[in-house]
Amino acid sequence: MPCIEASGLRKTFGTTGTTIALDGIELRVEEGRILGLIGPNGAGKTTALNAILGLTPYQGELRVLGRDPWTERERLMRDVSFISDVAVLPRWMRVSQVLDYVAGVHPRFDRAKAEGFLAKTSIQRGRKVRQLSKGMVTQLHLALVMAIDARLLVLDEPTLGLDLLFRKQFYDTLLNDYFDRSRTIVVTTHQVEEIQDVLTDVVFIHRGRIVLEHSMEEIESRYLEVMVHPEGVAAARALQPIHERQLFGRSVLLFDHVDRQQLAGLGDVRTPSLADLFVAVMGQGAVQ
Amino acid sequence: MNVRSDTVADPAIDMPEGAPALLSPTRPFYWSVRRELWENRALYLGPLAMAAVLLFSFLISTIHLPEKMRELPELPPEAQYERVLMPYNVAAGLIFIVAFIVGVFYCVDALHGERRDRSILFWKSLPVSDRTTVLSKASIPLVVLPLLIYPIIVVTHLLILLASSAVLLAHGESVAQMWARLPLFQLWLAVLYALTVTALWHAPVYGWLLLVSAWARRVPFLWAVLPPLAIAAFERGAFGISSFGSLIQYRLVGWFTLAFSHDPGISAGEPLADLAPGKFLSAPGLWLGLLFTAACLAAAVRLRRYREPI
Repeated sequence: MPCIEASGLRKTFGTTGTTIALDGIELRVEEGRILGLIGPNGAGKTTALNAILGLTPYQGELRVLGRDPWTERERLMRDVSFISDVAVLPRWMRVSQVLDYVAGVHPRFDRAKAEGFLAKTSIQRGRKVRQLSKGMVTQLHLALVMAIDARLLVLDEPTLGLDLLFRKQFYDTLLNDYFDRSRTIVVTTHQVEEIQDVLTDVVFIHRGRIVLEHSMEEIESRYLEVMVHPEGVAAARALQPIHERQLFGRSVLLFDHVDRQQLAGLGDVRTPSLADLFVAVMGQGAVQ
Repeated sequence: MNVRSDTVADPAIDMPEGAPALLSPTRPFYWSVRRELWENRALYLGPLAMAAVLLFSFLISTIHLPEKMRELPELPPEAQYERVLMPYNVAAGLIFIVAFIVGVFYCVDALHGERRDRSILFWKSLPVSDRTTVLSKASIPLVVLPLLIYPIIVVTHLLILLASSAVLLAHGESVAQMWARLPLFQLWLAVLYALTVTALWHAPVYGWLLLVSAWARRVPFLWAVLPPLAIAAFERGAFGISSFGSLIQYRLVGWFTLAFSHDPGISAGEPLADLAPGKFLSAPGLWLGLLFTAACLAAAVRLRRYREPI
């Protein structure tokens, strides 16, 4: 059973349905993957996540862990955790109360595990959330989520507004202490560079549509970026790059499905970063 | 809700590893109520503060107590009971009023505050249904608040009794006269009755406030209060009638005439004889009100499903 299966997933806003947030999404996420959902603001990332989490009704087919998230939301939430940006932990709550409450309502929460994670931080049990720094609140939320034996973890901009040190630590902790092949993680972020090495799969979403969907292996084997020697530019352009940009006065061309040997003669060949690929694919999408 | 899904075993989902103990369906409800009490300490601090002020003012008034008690035998029997019982009734009444005010402000914020501070996203990330959440919030003014203020009232009464007895004894007066006119246990039963009656009677008020709290994007208190006031003002100005206005008034204070017999023939020394549960339970206003409450709560549950942070 795939973890997430969407077919013809649509979501419109407004009384007449004029604003289309999701325009027929086809998506299949297998268990044990770490999927990055990447797109510009207003592309429909958060709407897609909200549909997956049963926070918003939708049209089309959607199954999460075999369940309909809108009608079976409460049951689903025992197997799904999510962090939807850092600032949602109730500010009036004490750290000890947060632990008590989650332990009280969540059948899959392992309090000892959460205490273990917290012991590695400087967060004091008696503090209120409002007294913690933003980084500490994130650590607290992460400790809660990692102590829940969930099968799907959804992260919507989890590191927004954090400094670099915490962002790095966030993903390191997640990978080392939480992720295993029985879990699935879906993450959206603006900071494409920092999750690049974490992901197993990537989906680019633009104007409510999926414009690219690959595993990271596929990306490595399909896309190549060449910093072309000045004399080779014309020859390189003839190979129909999907994107061209200038860097230090030289042309950098991005190719899809072009043989590495063929490109090697034209300049320095490397795998493009997700950010560069994103710009290339989104640029294309904008033209269409 | 969770009753069904909790009891039905689902081997596909309840994986063997770390097999989590099935939680009883009441646990999310219990913890939801507890967290409301953590967040809203005014629910018990308000009535406690009122009790403290009452006790303090009573202590000051005990200067005249020996004199008042000396006059007691000269009064007609009715007035004797009234004089002795007065501070107890005032204490109970004022704590009732504070509890009502606290309950009103609690309800106005209950489903609005969580959207304003975005914490709704955290609550919704846990396996607690919208129904459990809304019902736990409704249970605060309807069940929890009465249960909280009952012991506060009883303890306040005991302290008043203790203080007045001590003052009388210190003045060399007998306490027998006062104690003989103090049917405390009957009074406490009557307080319990009044707590039940007011909770049931005011349920639609709380239900309405919770509904507005779930619906309004801004200033839920104004949305809850101004439209009814405007309707009342309009009908009075335009047609010179006050049917809606008196409906509101009836909803706020109508319980008092309905739930008690107010029979002048009944001795003031018998608080229980004054209760009229039959009259109260047969009032259509009670049942229509409860129906309205149920509708408001159902709408609030539905609204919360679709609600996002503001």
